[in-house]
Amino acid sequence: MSLDTISLSGKKMEVSNKKMSFWESLYLVAIVKGLLITIRHLFTRKVTIKYPEQRRELSPVYRGQHMLKRDDQGRENCTACGLCAVACPAEAITMKAAERKPGEEHLYREEKYAEIYEINMLRCIFCGLCEEACPKDAIYLTETKVMVASASKREDFIYGKDKLVMPLEMALRNSKNKVS
Amino acid sequence: MESTVIIEKGIFIVAIFAITMIMAMYSTWAERKVAAWLQDRIGPNRAGPLGLLQPLADGLKLFSKEEFIPDTRNKFLFLAGPAISMSVALMTSAVIPWGDKLHIAGRDVILQATDIDVALLYIFGVLSVGVYGIMIGGWASNNKFSLMSAMRAGSQMISYEVAMGLAVIALVMMSGTLSLREIAAQQSGMNWNVFYQPVGFIIFLVCSFAETNRTPFDLAECEAELIGGYHTEYSSMKMGFYLFAEYASMFISSTILAVLYFGAYNYPGIEWAVENWGVNIANSIGMVVLFVKICFFIFFYMWVRWTIPRFRYDQLMNLGWKMLIPIAIANIVITGIVILLADKFL
Ligand code: SF4
Ligand code: SF4
Repeated sequence: MSLDTISLSGKKMEVSNKKMSFWESLYLVAIVKGLLITIRHLFTRKVTIKYPEQRRELSPVYRGQHMLKRDDQGRENCTACGLCAVACPAEAITMKAAERKPGEEHLYREEKYAEIYEINMLRCIFCGLCEEACPKDAIYLTETKVMVASASKREDFIYGKDKLVMPLEMALRNSKNKVS
Repeated sequence: MESTVIIEKGIFIVAIFAITMIMAMYSTWAERKVAAWLQDRIGPNRAGPLGLLQPLADGLKLFSKEEFIPDTRNKFLFLAGPAISMSVALMTSAVIPWGDKLHIAGRDVILQATDIDVALLYIFGVLSVGVYGIMIGGWASNNKFSLMSAMRAGSQMISYEVAMGLAVIALVMMSGTLSLREIAAQQSGMNWNVFYQPVGFIIFLVCSFAETNRTPFDLAECEAELIGGYHTEYSSMKMGFYLFAEYASMFISSTILAVLYFGAYNYPGIEWAVENWGVNIANSIGMVVLFVKICFFIFFYMWVRWTIPRFRYDQLMNLGWKMLIPIAIANIVITGIVILLADKFL
């Protein structure tokens, strides 16, 4: 068998370069056919999602804005070990560690915590490696289910703990769910 | 001339100008909407309800852009290009019969800016000046892409004008007049020329696509090869003028199509309406009918644009010279024979 006749996919088609007849070369029939196809689309359902008002349903593993988690008692999980920053291929994470003072046990789970924790959302590529690296289950990209919003200044994309840490009510709700 | 006539014509001309402008403005909006619908999208919907303020936003944007004039020897020609395009696009509307007549304050008001008896010739004359807008603009830009695009536009328009003229000759042979007013009047009721001249209509339709530089014949502004075409070097409102002129001429050529082949302001039962409802109401309906026809053709232009890809240049020339012109000539011959036979035996 010669190479020309082999079709592994079974979809091989010969290119035909036959000369068009006069009627064909007027293109009228082909154009009318095309017009009928497009006019059908005038009446089909539109696929547009009007973004800020409507949102596409995100998949359970959608990686969006990060969340620094709290545990059942509302304490921050992060211990400022810096493993996420090391793992981050985009160098998006910076942090400053601080030691937990006596009396702050209800705030931070470990003795060391992140005083400042910043992610530069312009650098971040939402790969999720920080989430994989974290030994304390502290950072997740799948929890917030929000996309990072646009802004007009570069500084506005540096998200600090105010935006990243899981809201307290959410942590309380989680713990309640667990008890019941 | 009496002053009333001058005032009447003045009002009429301003009205036509305004309507053409508004139609051109909203054609840009409609173009995007139609494009979106045909591609299963929604289209502009943020500027105002249904995006209806989008044309204003576009105008504002164009006005606020930097006015840039390239370093060319011919600043005057550079400025003249868009102006010619625009004025030519508007000039044709002078001879279009927008309706039959109205009876106001004891006088018959003819709904036409001027009724010259060689209106059809006038239209062809003005249309062929239209190419100068593009040629001059493209040449004065001092940019090889603009020049190439201008050459393309020029040769395309000249070739298609031949076929277009031949298609119209068959029509003129049938109607025996060059006055648009009479051609319109002859098509009263459902006596539309498209039923007598279907081939001529199709040729004329194809040629008007070429004349208005619309897809599939928009080789002059073929982005992939020529950047922006003849308006590559234009910015701000001069660019806007070119784009606007394209839409204005689309409106005008839809009007010409409707007037020549689709019975102008005539609708079935117009005589009955004149008798029973009076001249004013019947002819007002006629104007609305004409606008519906025009809107249909504008939609058709857009529909085609979002259906067929652009022709290759040699295909374009082949289609024009080897297909349309022979068919148009055959159409003339057949029309002539039929008219002769009809004269003899009927
Ligand atoms: S998602 Fe990836 S890029 Fe973004 S902060 Fe985490 S590790 Fe860095
Ligand atoms: S988020 Fe996890 S990996 Fe990153 S510093 Fe905190 S505990 Fe370490």
